[in-house]
Amino acid sequence: MGPDTPALAHGGAVTTVQRPALPAHLAGAVADEAALRRFLHGLPGVDPVGVEARAAALGTRSIKKQSKLDALDLAISMVDLTTLEGADTPGKVRSLCAKARRPDPDDLSTPQVAAVCVYPDRVAVAAEELAGTGIGIASVATAFPSGRSSMAIKLADTRLAIESGATEVDMVIDRGAFLAGEYGRVYDEIAAVKAECGAIRLKVILETGELATYDNVRRASWLAMLAGADFIKTSTGKISPAATLPVIHVMLQAVRDWRAATGQQIAVKPAGGIRTAKDAIRFLVAVHEVAGPEWLDPFYFRFGASSLLSDLIMQRRKQLSGHYWGPDYVTVA
Amino acid sequence: MPVWEYAPAPESAAIGRIKSRYQMFVGGRFVDGRGGDVPTINPATEEELATVSWASTDDVDDAVRAARAAYDTVWSKMSGLDRGKYLFRIARGIAERARELAVVETMDNGKPIKESRDADVPTAAAHFFYHAGWADKLAHAGFGPHPKSLGVAGQVIPWNFPLLMAAWKIAPALAAGNTVVIKPAESTPLSILVLAEIMADAGLPDGVVNIVTGAGDIGSYLVNHPGVDKVAFTGSTAVGKKIQTALAGTGKKVTLELGGKAANIVFDDAPVDQAVEGIVNGVYFNQGHVCCAGTRLLVQESVADEVIGKLQDRIATLRLGDPMDKNTDIGAINSAQQLSKITELSAVGDEEGAQRWTSPCPVPDKGFFFPPTVFTNVSQSMRIAREEIFGPVLSVLTFRTPDEAVAKANNTPYGLSAGIWTEKGSRILGMAAAMRAGVVWANTFNRFDPTAAFGGYKESGFGREGGRSGLAAYLDTDDETGSDEGTAA
Amino acid sequence: MAPRTTSKPAPAAATRAKAAPAKGTVAGSATSGNDVTPGRATSTASPVPVLKTYKLFIGGKFPRSESGRTYPVRGASGQFLANAAQASRKDARDAVVAARKAFGPWSAATAYNRGQVVYRIAEMLQGRCAEFVELLVAGEGAKPKAAAATVDAAIDRLVHYAGWTDKIAAVFGSSNPVAGPFFSFSTPEPTGVVAAFAPQQDSLLGLVSVIAPIVCSGNTAVVVASQAFPLPAVTLSEVLATSDVPGGVVNILTGDAAEMGTHLAAHADVNALDLTGVDGDLRTALARDAAGTVKRVYVPKQQPDFTRTPGTARLRAFLETKTVWHPTGAVSLAGGSSY
Repeated sequence: MGPDTPALAHGGAVTTVQRPALPAHLAGAVADEAALRRFLHGLPGVDPVGVEARAAALGTRSIKKQSKLDALDLAISMVDLTTLEGADTPGKVRSLCAKARRPDPDDLSTPQVAAVCVYPDRVAVAAEELAGTGIGIASVATAFPSGRSSMAIKLADTRLAIESGATEVDMVIDRGAFLAGEYGRVYDEIAAVKAECGAIRLKVILETGELATYDNVRRASWLAMLAGADFIKTSTGKISPAATLPVIHVMLQAVRDWRAATGQQIAVKPAGGIRTAKDAIRFLVAVHEVAGPEWLDPFYFRFGASSLLSDLIMQRRKQLSGHYWGPDYVTVA
Repeated sequence: MPVWEYAPAPESAAIGRIKSRYQMFVGGRFVDGRGGDVPTINPATEEELATVSWASTDDVDDAVRAARAAYDTVWSKMSGLDRGKYLFRIARGIAERARELAVVETMDNGKPIKESRDADVPTAAAHFFYHAGWADKLAHAGFGPHPKSLGVAGQVIPWNFPLLMAAWKIAPALAAGNTVVIKPAESTPLSILVLAEIMADAGLPDGVVNIVTGAGDIGSYLVNHPGVDKVAFTGSTAVGKKIQTALAGTGKKVTLELGGKAANIVFDDAPVDQAVEGIVNGVYFNQGHVCCAGTRLLVQESVADEVIGKLQDRIATLRLGDPMDKNTDIGAINSAQQLSKITELSAVGDEEGAQRWTSPCPVPDKGFFFPPTVFTNVSQSMRIAREEIFGPVLSVLTFRTPDEAVAKANNTPYGLSAGIWTEKGSRILGMAAAMRAGVVWANTFNRFDPTAAFGGYKESGFGREGGRSGLAAYLDTDDETGSDEGTAA
Repeated sequence: MAPRTTSKPAPAAATRAKAAPAKGTVAGSATSGNDVTPGRATSTASPVPVLKTYKLFIGGKFPRSESGRTYPVRGASGQFLANAAQASRKDARDAVVAARKAFGPWSAATAYNRGQVVYRIAEMLQGRCAEFVELLVAGEGAKPKAAAATVDAAIDRLVHYAGWTDKIAAVFGSSNPVAGPFFSFSTPEPTGVVAAFAPQQDSLLGLVSVIAPIVCSGNTAVVVASQAFPLPAVTLSEVLATSDVPGGVVNILTGDAAEMGTHLAAHADVNALDLTGVDGDLRTALARDAAGTVKRVYVPKQQPDFTRTPGTARLRAFLETKTVWHPTGAVSLAGGSSY
């Protein structure tokens, strides 16, 4: 772990991600709506108190010294620096990209972030700013954040992002359809967006806060992976609760189980509500101990955040300099 | 593949303020015993922590006398409210010196600092706080309107939860109006002696609690002492039987909290990831040095491979090592003696044909350590399915139907605890009813609380600790001849 | 206590009359002079009563001792009353088997059902109270009025315990307010098979006061009756047999407590002992025997006065407390638990 690690080797590049065919027992699960429902409802349940207890227990891991510095660098390299405001101007996006390129102007050994994340109609500005940097340009799509529109509009939204230069797409699933039990519809939408994306990596936002139970989080994770997601992502960041440790536990367990079943390693992204370096390190501990060290790489794990980056930088400086810092020393995005 | 090593994160040993020498606590004062000075070691390093002045039988006589005098002249005359106030002070004192106690406990016992800090010490404080509130409400405990205390309680506690067991014994005894002479285990005498300081600082009247240090002979002398009215023992079933035999016909009341070989039952519809956590917690918490440990996994055959696979993956992430490191999950085995017992019984498991799997975790080369171990293909007739190993060793058996699970779970002379993992509500309650065990954890494990009575069926002992029923051990509840006006509240 | 109307007396079978060369008279059994036979049918009935053979009560049946032994039971005036079965250790063993078999269904029955059964025992005892009065008078030399009061008290005792069955859980159980997102409750459960040594002197009231608290909470009992005064116990068996008490819930052995005691006290399938009816060295010896299997041993502090309303010590002595935990809460992701 450190600046030499090619942590960003995959982060921004457009890689051809070949998705092999599903193994037989999973192929049968997506044969039709009824099979899909049976499969999803047959997944093991999640005991909420138990998962929250494990999440809290892992939260007491004490990460110090070099392991803390390594974690901070890793976390920085995993940030999808985000602005998703109605008020986003080109200027705002440029300012964000500047921070993405140089998170800490006073310490150029600071890693770059993995990507920026913006609305589709701001992708072009970001693409211009970040050309040649290797930093990815993630765009939300599919009528983000609500997902309440027609398939045609959602696909057009996706196309806009890609044609503008997005290297990653963060779509939202149709939560209304999911909660109504229309799993086939949710599946079809994801598959259609993935087809539109081609080799561009697709993050599927589950909006776990609206799914409301851990059982649903597990089911939605599997549904997204069956449909071709490259990433499963917790939230739009627009509602609360967004990314919590217990929810990430369930998703990390799902990607681990998926790998055991298929050999494929799917990536995970928590987004929303992760504000401090301490939070981020807790997430990394969860990744490490629930999914496995193979996920400790920006290709397989991202943080969707904005103010988190500032705290990561401050904590990094503290580790290196030995004293505490203040916000005046960290640039605004 | 990236490797992320957690840097060592040691708790500061200095917080423990461990002295070079400790004395007994008799009649409100710290005094030398006449049993000689004996060292106590840190099982993680095998280094001497301190020396302790041990009691002789004469010291036990003195202690019983002090307890009797305190009972007759002070404690039995004091109002319940005032007795309770001393207990509240002690609860607060434990909370104030919590970190110090946790460090002392970890260094003397070998358990991870994470556990002594987050489980042992806070629960001990809670026991004092809970029982403090009972002291002036005994009329509402269900044993008649004027339940009386018994007198002097002689108590012997084990090495697995030294401070917590001291709290479980002392708090109810005092709340009910008795005075105490208590002997900690010979390998873990320190934390109770810090508790003695807390009790002295709380102004507890002299002689209400007396602590005599020593080994089995001192314990035996204490429980057989004619000046003791009530005996409470936590320890092995073998010793418990000896005590019950010795006390027959003496008129002394006795309660016993003995061994166990609990079944942790996982059904095919269990929330599997949490069940795996529950299995791990059930058998590896406190290095398996727990009477109520879930040492027999009974997994439904249809999901056995999946559960065992996930279990092994999860066990491999357990961190074994320096108990003072805040990231350590599994600490040291308490003594060389216990380590060899675990090693021997595990070898028996191999001989009897079970299949052993050991966690690939690194094991320190110094200190008493045993890596988490799982035996599969275990049958009921194997010794590792019947005998208490008291270490981080799990035996896995399968079952086909719920009835078979019940039969196997209950097929043991022990009956302390059981675990049930299933999503089906009526099965949770039905299995709980069917378990011949004093504590049933459903979709969870190893939960303790002073309000929830704890104790065994069958050869796991009798009598309860905690809750309303726990008070019965320390009260004269032989109300053969109640009045028509109402007995139980 | 309100006087009860005496029902028509049952044909007297408990006593032998001098002039009656009864069938099967055992050699050496003395027949004394003009014995009073209260309640004996007069005039038109046959002058030769059918004498009862007093047997054991095991598994709802009335077997003789497998050893074939009996011992003479004498009345207050030394008169021969009957031969009682002298139970052996094998009878005790069989009784334990019956009690264990009955424990499953009896403990699984609803408390309401058990209450109704215990109340039925009271009903049946009420119906036969004259017979029991006779037994007490002849056997122990009790004055008839005192004997009637004793029988009434025994009936009342049964009524008292019949009313306990469905209150035990509420009085001795609890919901535990644990400091975490768990529902925890503690509930009393019967311990299993209890071997009880009934009082040697108090042959009916004491007997009933020992048995009722054991069984009303769902335990089953193997009772060793008073050696000198076993007839009320065996007659009580008949009452039990007609009271919807399932076979094996109560088993009554007559004979020598010292002989049977150690086999019951050391028996690994007996969960608890009630040592009310033994004392001194035997009591200590049996308590020691019990330790080998960590039995729960009930030893009353002093000689109980069974005429007084009982407390709850005898109920609690044979109850275990089971504490159950289950997670609760976390209905949604937003609420979370208390971690």
